Amino acid sequence: MADQELDARGLNCPLPILRAKKALGTLQSGQTLKIIATDPGSVKDFQAFAKQTGNQLLESNEAGGEYTFLLKKS
Amino acid sequence: MAQKKMAIIASKGTLDWAYPPFILASTAAALGFQVQVFFTFYGLQLLKRDLASLKVSPLGNPGMPMKMPFGPGWFRGINWNIPNAVQAVIPGFESLATVLMKQTIKNKGVASIPELRGLCQEAEVTMIACQMTVDLFGMNTAEFIDGIHYGGAATFLEFAGESDVTLFM
Repeated sequence: MADQELDARGLNCPLPILRAKKALGTLQSGQTLKIIATDPGSVKDFQAFAKQTGNQLLESNEAGGEYTFLLKKS
Repeated sequence: MAQKKMAIIASKGTLDWAYPPFILASTAAALGFQVQVFFTFYGLQLLKRDLASLKVSPLGNPGMPMKMPFGPGWFRGINWNIPNAVQAVIPGFESLATVLMKQTIKNKGVASIPELRGLCQEAEVTMIACQMTVDLFGMNTAEFIDGIHYGGAATFLEFAGESDVTLFM
């Protein structure tokens, strides 16, 4: 169970990343954020976001056109 | 790790070309970059408080698909191939195309320009207006948003010289 959940469905680039960044700002180090998105581009974008910001991407899944990501705040 | 930097020159003042600088600036800021955008020539339109006057022009823009943002799927799929000569003589053609484009933007969950610019401001993206262009076009700086800086080529180059990414748009 993630500490916070972000519904980014229907949003297009770069909004899922920007909303995720904002949501991470409200979390403590070590807490997790689950993101649900429908933008197929978000798969690579969240990998890049994690690599660049140091927040760990614990999970990245796709099911029925929805993408879920689990980020752990660094 | 030293903070990365990105410097952008935004030189275009249309609704479509407002996207690249604001998308990249806001995203880079979210990735931890320090970002400066230098607005010059028509790009200064992007600094106006009121962004409602930004338009997209299909005229002389053969790469732009012309599709309707409403109606059944088969209708939305049609690419309306309207010759330049016809576009040019229809009054309000640009305004119509802009209304349709804004609807498409909304339908597809793409952020609006005021929203993206607001996110850039929130993320403390530095915005510099080209003083020379302001003077050249006699622009009214009272129409610009607050918090911007005024400078010239040397101002841009000082930051661009230390940047990891530099882009001209």
